[in-house]
Amino acid sequence: MATVVIPSLLRKYTGGADRVTVSGRTIGQVIEELVSRYPEVRDHLLENGDVKPSVAVSIDGEMGTGGVLDRVGETSEIFFIPAIGGGC
Amino acid sequence: MAKKTVVETTINGESMEFLCEPRQSLLEVLRDELELTGSKEGCLTGDCGACTVILDGRAACSCLVLGVEAQGKSITTVEGLASSAGLHVLQQKFLEHAGLQCGICTPGFLMSAKALLDHNPTPTEPEIRYALAGNLCRCTGYDKIVKAVIDAASTLAAGSKAA
Amino acid sequence: MAASPTEKPSFRVIGTRPVRHDGFDKVTGRAKYGADYSFPGMLFGRVLRSPHAHANIKSINIEKALALPGVKAVVTSADLPEAPDKMVAAGEAPVNLNHLSSNVLAREKVLYDGHAVAAVAATSAHIAEEALRLIEVDYEVLPPAMTVEAAMKPGAPIVLPTLRNKEDGPDKQTNVANHMQFTRGDLAEGFTQADFIVEREFKTAMVHQGYIEPHNAVGIYGGDGHATIYCSTQGTFNVRALSATVLGMPEGNLKVVPAEIGGGFGGKLVIYLEPLSVLLSRKTGQPVKLTMSRAEVLRATGPTSGSTIRCKMGATKDGKLIAAEIWMAYEAGAFPGSPVGAGAMVIIAPYMIPNFKIDAYDVLVNRPKTAAYRAPGASNAALASETVIDELAEKCGIDPAEFRLINAVKEGSPQVVGPPFKRIGFVETVEAIKNSPHYKSKLEGPYRGRGMASGFWFNVGLQSSATVNIHSDGTVSVVIGSVDVGGQRAAQAMIAAEVLGADIKDVRPVVADTDSIGHTDVTGGSRTCFTTGWAVHDAAQDALRQLKERAAKLWEMKPEEVLFENGKFVPSRPSEKAKPMTLKEIAGRLGRTGGPVVGRATVNPRTVGPAFATTVVDVEVDPDTGKVQVLRATIAQDVGKAIHPAYVEGQMQGGTVQGIGWALNEEYFYDGKGVLRNTGLLDYRMPTCLDMPLIETEIVEVPTPGHPLGIRGVGEVSIVPPPAAVANAIAHAIGVRMTQLPMSPPRLLKAILEKRAANETQAAAAD
Repeated sequence: MATVVIPSLLRKYTGGADRVTVSGRTIGQVIEELVSRYPEVRDHLLENGDVKPSVAVSIDGEMGTGGVLDRVGETSEIFFIPAIGGGC
Repeated sequence: MAKKTVVETTINGESMEFLCEPRQSLLEVLRDELELTGSKEGCLTGDCGACTVILDGRAACSCLVLGVEAQGKSITTVEGLASSAGLHVLQQKFLEHAGLQCGICTPGFLMSAKALLDHNPTPTEPEIRYALAGNLCRCTGYDKIVKAVIDAASTLAAGSKAA
Repeated sequence: MAASPTEKPSFRVIGTRPVRHDGFDKVTGRAKYGADYSFPGMLFGRVLRSPHAHANIKSINIEKALALPGVKAVVTSADLPEAPDKMVAAGEAPVNLNHLSSNVLAREKVLYDGHAVAAVAATSAHIAEEALRLIEVDYEVLPPAMTVEAAMKPGAPIVLPTLRNKEDGPDKQTNVANHMQFTRGDLAEGFTQADFIVEREFKTAMVHQGYIEPHNAVGIYGGDGHATIYCSTQGTFNVRALSATVLGMPEGNLKVVPAEIGGGFGGKLVIYLEPLSVLLSRKTGQPVKLTMSRAEVLRATGPTSGSTIRCKMGATKDGKLIAAEIWMAYEAGAFPGSPVGAGAMVIIAPYMIPNFKIDAYDVLVNRPKTAAYRAPGASNAALASETVIDELAEKCGIDPAEFRLINAVKEGSPQVVGPPFKRIGFVETVEAIKNSPHYKSKLEGPYRGRGMASGFWFNVGLQSSATVNIHSDGTVSVVIGSVDVGGQRAAQAMIAAEVLGADIKDVRPVVADTDSIGHTDVTGGSRTCFTTGWAVHDAAQDALRQLKERAAKLWEMKPEEVLFENGKFVPSRPSEKAKPMTLKEIAGRLGRTGGPVVGRATVNPRTVGPAFATTVVDVEVDPDTGKVQVLRATIAQDVGKAIHPAYVEGQMQGGTVQGIGWALNEEYFYDGKGVLRNTGLLDYRMPTCLDMPLIETEIVEVPTPGHPLGIRGVGEVSIVPPPAAVANAIAHAIGVRMTQLPMSPPRLLKAILEKRAANETQAAAAD
C-alpha cells in the first residue's frame, strides 16, 4: 500500500491525519481513493480530470511528469507539493 | 517635422555622409540610418554605456550625442575594431577569458577599453575599473571582463615592444 | 577547484574552455538582438502607459492620434478577444486569461504606474511617441495599495475586485491571493527545548532583474493568418503559446524566432510587446517593431517581490537548530503569482529542523505584476533565515561554517515539503568555503567584517528536444530549442563533440525557431544545460547507434560487433573488410549505406538536480557615510558537472554580483501616489565595475544521480546567499544587525548613529 503525505492545509479534511495509506497503481487511482474518503480534497488536487497544474507530485523522491498517469509502486511515498513557477 | 541635415563624418576610417533630423541621436543614426547595429541601446540616458563609441579619440555615449553634432568628427564603432587581418586583441581576449555572457554590453565595453588603452597602454586594475565604470554589465559580475582587459593590455604592450 | 568524492570519468572535451561558437559575432557587433532586426516597410510601435497607480478607465479616444500623419494604427484592449476570468492552458502551466490579457493591454482598470493602455504603429518611432500624447484617456483615479501591510489591512483598496481566496470564501473581496503553509513536528515543544531564540522582522524592497537589453518584438502578420515574431526571449515556445492565447489565434499559426537575448534572468519568460507587435502588424499589413525604453522596463515589466518576513528560530547550546516559525508576505504586484511559495520552500531548506511552521502569503499591490528573478523568492527568504542563523551561531559561540555543518541536510534528509533529498552537495560547498584562500585569510582593520551565508534552489527539469545532424563531411550540427543566454551553445556543442568523438570546431550549435525544433521549455530554472544537455547527449547517442549500424553494414558484421573507442569505429573482432574509421570517414559513406544520419531525442526528466551555494564576503563600512565597500567575495557552488567551466564560473560570479546589488543599493522608490520615481539606471543603482572586487569561485561537483553527465544546473542559486552574507559581514564589521534591504548608505548611517547614541546613553547612565 502506498503512503500519501497530506499537505498541512489539507489535514483539516482528513481529521488531522498527516499520512494516509492508499491502494492504487497510478496517481489517478490514488487521488480517486483519497477523494472517496475525504471528498473536500478533490478541488485542491484535481482539475479537469487531471492533477491540478498548481500541484506537483513527488513519487519516491522523483517528480512526476505524467499527472494522473504516473505509476505508483507497492510501497511508494507520495507528496503533493506546490508547483514552483516555471523557470527563472 | 524639421528638415533633414546632411552630415559629413568619418566612421571606422571611411568618409560617410548621412541625412538626419535634428532630434535624432548619433546612436539612432548609426543603428537606423547606417545599419551599424553593433552599438546598442540600453537606457538612452548615458547611464549604461551600451552605446559607447569613440568620438575624436574619446569614449562617448552615442545616445547623448546628436547626429548633427557628428559633423566633421571621426567616429569608431565596434564594427571598426577588427581588421581584415583578424580580431583586435581586445576582442580576442574577451573571447578567451569568457568576458561576455549575453554579449549585449560587449561592444560598449570593447570601445571603452580601446579608448582606455589608446591613452594609457599600461593601466592598473583600479585604473581599468575606473575607466569601465560607465559600462554596466549584469551577467558577468565584471570579473572576466577585467581579466580580459588586463591580458589585452599586457599583450599589446609586449607586441609593441617587439615591434 | 574542489574535487567531488565520487569517481569521475575522464572527458576529452567536457571540462575544457573552448571559445564559444557565437563569440565572433558577439564581439564584432554582428550578432542580431531583437532590436537589430529590420524589414522592408517596417513600422515602429510605442505603448501608451498609465500615469496612475490605480484608476478606472472611463473612456479612451484615439481619433486625434489616428489623424496624425505617419500613424498607421492605434489599438486598445478592444482590439483583443474577450478574456474571461478563467484558467486556460498556455505554455508550461495554465494561466488566468483575464490577467494575462489585461497585463498586455488594460481593460476596465489600470493597476500600476506604467500599465499598458494603448499601442500605436507609425512610420517612425518619433511620430509614434507624438501620437501617444494625442490619445485621450479619461481616468477615475483610485487610492492605491502599495505595500503588503497596506494591502492586507481591513478596508484596503482592492486591486482586483474579482479576486477570491479559498480561505476567505467566495463572498470576500481581498488582496490576498493565496496562503500556503508547511509544518513539521511540534513548534511549541521545539521552542521550549531551545537554549537560544532569535526573532526578527525583515523588509526587502522590490528590485528588478536589470538586464541591459530592454524588451523588443518585431511582428509580421501574413495575409494568410500566419504570423512571425522576432524577439529577445528566454522561451520561444512560451511566447508562442501565451501570445496566441491573448490574440485568440491558433498556436500553430504563430512562429517565434529567437533573436539573441541581452539578459533575462527570468524577466523575459513572459510576454509584453510580442502580442502587440502581431496585433499592430495585422492592423497595418506591415511589419511592426516595438522596443521599450529603460523607464518602461522599470515601470512596466516584471520586477521581483518586495517582502515582509518574520523569522523566529531556536537552537540548543550545542548548535542544533530545533524550531523555526516563519511568516512571510510577498508583493505579487497587480496580479497573483509572487514567488512566496518557493521562498517558503527554500527558506530553511539547507538545514535539518525537526519542528517548524511556515506561513506564506501572496499579496496583490498596485505595482507591476512580478516576474521571476533568478531563484525567485529565495534571496528574500535567505536574508531572513541566514542572518538569524548567524546570530544563533554567535550566541552558541560556534563558527558559522561549523554551525551549518552541524545542521546540514544530506542525502536522505527530508526537504521542507517532505520528500527526501537524493545525493546533494551542500556540505561540500561549506567545506569548500572553509578551505578557500579567502576564508583562511585574516581580515584586519577597523569597520571591517566577514559574513557567510548559504542558499538553496530546486532547479527544474521540464521538456527539451534536440537533433544531431551528421553532415557528409563529418561535421555535426546540433539543433536545440533553448535560447542561449550566456554560453549554452558552447556547452551543447561540447556534449555532442564528447559523445561523437568530434573536434569541438567541427560541431555547430544552432538555436532554432518554434517550427524547426521540437517543443522545448524555457531557458530558466537552471534547467538548460541539465535538460537540453540530456537531450543533446541522448540525440548524439542515437546518432552514434545509427553510425555503428552503418559501419556494421560496411563491414558485413552485426551492429553489436562495432565498438566506438577513442573517436574511432573499430571492429570487436578482426576482419578483412573491417578497417577502423573516424567519424569523418564514415560520414562520407552515409549515402550508400542507407542515407543521412540524424540523431534525435526528447526528454522530460523526473530527476532534478537541486543546488546549494555558500558565499563569504568581506566588507568595509565607512562609519561617516554608511557606504559599504565589498573587499572580497568567494562563492562555492555545487554544479554537478561543469561542462564549460568558464561559463559556469560566469554564472556563479554574475549571480553573486546581482545579489550584492540587491543587498546594498537596488530598490524601487514609489511616491505617495504610487508613481515610480527612479525610472533610470542612475537612480536604480546596480553595481558597476568600480564597485566590485574579483569574484573568487570554488566549483564543487557532486553529480546528480540519474543524469547521464551528472549535470546539476548552475544558473540561479548564486544569487541566494549574497544579501544575507553582506548583512552578516556588516554586522561583524560594526555590530549592527540590518533587517531591511537594501542596506544603502542612508539606512546604514542611521543605524550607525542610533547605535552610537544608544552606546553614549548607556555610558552616561553608567557614570
